[in-house]
Amino acid sequence: MGSYTSEELLIATIADMLEPARHIAVGVLSPIPGSAALLARARSGNTKKVSIIGSMEEPYRTDGGVDLFDCAAQGRIDAFFLSGGQIDGQANINLTGIGDYPRQDVRWSGAFGSAYLYFLVPRVILFREEHSRRVFVPQVDFISAPGTSAPNVYRPGGPHALVTGLCVFLFERARGRFRLASVHPGHSVEEVRDETGFDFDCPDHVPTTRTPDDATLSLVRERVAPAIASPYPAFARRVWPQAVA
Amino acid sequence: MNDAPASLLLDPVEALAARIADGAKVALFKDCGVPMALGRALVRRRARDLHLVTVPTGGMLPDLLIGAGCVATVETAGVTLGEFGLAPRFIAAVKTGEVQIRDATCPAIYAGLQAAEKGIPFMPLRGLLGSDVLASRADFKVIDNPFGEDDPIVCLPAIRPDCAIFHAPCADRDGNVYIARQAEMKILAHAARESFVTVERIVDFNLLEDDRLAPATLNALYVSAIAEAPGGAAPLNLPGHYDYDTDAIRAYAKAAATPEGFRVWLAAHVLVQTGAAA
Repeated sequence: MGSYTSEELLIATIADMLEPARHIAVGVLSPIPGSAALLARARSGNTKKVSIIGSMEEPYRTDGGVDLFDCAAQGRIDAFFLSGGQIDGQANINLTGIGDYPRQDVRWSGAFGSAYLYFLVPRVILFREEHSRRVFVPQVDFISAPGTSAPNVYRPGGPHALVTGLCVFLFERARGRFRLASVHPGHSVEEVRDETGFDFDCPDHVPTTRTPDDATLSLVRERVAPAIASPYPAFARRVWPQAVA
Repeated sequence: MNDAPASLLLDPVEALAARIADGAKVALFKDCGVPMALGRALVRRRARDLHLVTVPTGGMLPDLLIGAGCVATVETAGVTLGEFGLAPRFIAAVKTGEVQIRDATCPAIYAGLQAAEKGIPFMPLRGLLGSDVLASRADFKVIDNPFGEDDPIVCLPAIRPDCAIFHAPCADRDGNVYIARQAEMKILAHAARESFVTVERIVDFNLLEDDRLAPATLNALYVSAIAEAPGGAAPLNLPGHYDYDTDAIRAYAKAAATPEGFRVWLAAHVLVQTGAAA
């Protein structure tokens, strides 16, 4: 098996989770999830639809924000990605800031579409490469979008997994908790515990995250790299300097 | 045919900025078509107490207007310079309370405008329940779906801007504006009391007489005034016309990181009028 970068491992890991999705939407500032969506599409013989918000190119361009949000409400988006400045053990995400609202000590950009899409897209994958207690907190300071809802709240969507630079957690909606599903090669369960501020379920044996095979790496380098270079040129040049001019 | 009101086509951009009153609720579209030249003219005329509605998010323009002291309130799903980083003047002003923040989520902004478009007082929207975005907005109400049972749903008040401002590829002499793929600009224009538009150029035929252009054209009915402003979205992009000037945006992001840097940038790039690029 060939060598791979940490980005390629994350791309392959997320792409595996997109297998059942027919239409995958990708938000802003998401080069790794975007690459994963393109890999899943390439593996499907281009039968999957990938919409990249802000893309000016076919076939990834959307018909605009209104159309995309309506599309989610119609059940026509199967997978989406969210992140957070803080994420807690109930899968609540904070994209807004830290401290007493509204004059917060730390202020970020805002909730964007999260407070809506998190409810409506069946498979939302949380992605945050930085795995630290600063990010993964016991309780977020501000719930930009909640991980779980009361039983009477209309919610066909929600968190499926949290992928980080160290590991993969799967979210168990009935329990409202994360379960450690795999740890990336070169890292340990102890390291994950040390760097995670929230409590999570951990089986006795935690497997190592599956590494990308040669076929996957070829697809990533030959098909995904040139395509993701259009919305994310700096990312593509950094990760695949040979593949991207 | 040229029987549009003589006042519709204005020149220069300064004349448009003069029509936007202090305290006005101003809607800004996020994408290509950001009226940067008009925004700079607003700074030069020392606009004050604006209530910005970003549709649905914003970047350099709201950051610039906030930094220049033109803004009292910003209603937004997010303000960011994207790959150039956080929006520094927005963040500083929210932290000190210098600008009142009304946090929303993208489809909530669209839904509020759609309510205004239809002349109805509110629009229901899924999502939001249990979020602090909802908790922070006393004007968002939760009702029980009157057609269902035990089904809470959020109602958002109509957003009726005093004006929408945007930049478009072209307009005709009757005041119709070609908006290309930016169909959502119609929602802004329908919801707002008035629309003030800058364009790359004025064309000499009626856009609505061309079947291919008509669906991508905003009817003059919604347009109060137009100014010709070539390069009016720069340093942001206008697809098919010009790309982002990444060096200029990066320079802004760097300068705006501190109040002093921002003041120097403002003096060099906005307060000094430089012809077409002003």
